[in-house]
Amino acid sequence: MKFAVLEFPGSNCDHDCEWVLEKVFKQKVSRVWHQDTQLPKGIDCVMVPGGFSYGDYLRCGAIARFANIMPAVQAHAKRGGLVWGICNGFQILTESGLLPGALLRNASLKFICHDTYLRVERVDSAFTNEARQGQVLRVPVAHGEGAYFCDDRALAELRQRRQIVFRYCDQDGEATREANPNGSLDNIAGILNAKGNVLGMMPHPERVAELAMGGVDGKVLFESALNALSGARR
Amino acid sequence: MLVAKIHVTLKPSVLDPQGVAVSQALRGMGFGEVESMRLGKYMELRLKDKGQSRAQVEKRVKLMCQKLLSNTVIERFEIKIEKGGAKR
Repeated sequence: MKFAVLEFPGSNCDHDCEWVLEKVFKQKVSRVWHQDTQLPKGIDCVMVPGGFSYGDYLRCGAIARFANIMPAVQAHAKRGGLVWGICNGFQILTESGLLPGALLRNASLKFICHDTYLRVERVDSAFTNEARQGQVLRVPVAHGEGAYFCDDRALAELRQRRQIVFRYCDQDGEATREANPNGSLDNIAGILNAKGNVLGMMPHPERVAELAMGGVDGKVLFESALNALSGARR
Repeated sequence: MLVAKIHVTLKPSVLDPQGVAVSQALRGMGFGEVESMRLGKYMELRLKDKGQSRAQVEKRVKLMCQKLLSNTVIERFEIKIEKGGAKR
């Protein structure tokens, strides 16, 4: 499978994504500069990595959303190609309208950087088909603006269309207020678009994809995406 | 030269933890009259005066606010267009 990892000025998880895809999963990876206007041929999945694109000026993701490469990413998503935004990547995808809602300043006002537990809310998606329903994954977060917000109508739609794919929970899988690290609405940690081919999430699965990193719970997302893509190729 | 003065604030329905924290600090300092506050952004744009009507200028600035300067999912904006003075 062919992956593209976008690079904006200020991206800092692009190498991590590339490492995991290349070294752990033996996939082909192209790094794509923000000023490019086209994705390389035959890309299956575009990863929008974490970091602080354009210094987080104005709002996180607000400027990246207008980068030269973004129309190609929009077109890729429209064709049904996979787009996977992590952390700042999630913020960029909401700013660009590929995903609904927005990410607000953490309720605590603090930058948080620690492990969280995520409950897998659906296993029929391109990014979770190798997981178990309700499986609890230990995946770290590292962000200052990660509180998911949308209006009541949008939230009702997210629930109705089963777009909420990860919720912050405790070790036992309970989505409690205490387990919510940033004040996200409804403990939302990750959402899909209505079609299911675009994923945005604040936690960093690429940071827990090898034992040497201290955890492997993030692997199941990559395995799922590979599985979905090989199914699509067949 | 025209100057567009823009205020961007979080919508009333969106929690503003910075505003809450700062207003608590003010009350802690003895300014008990502070009931609440909303913290936002102020932006000043200097615009070329091409002789367009006020409505035309405002329409363009509104577009800037909708497209980039604010995120209308969470924020609202107010625009004031004024005749500008000397360059700063």
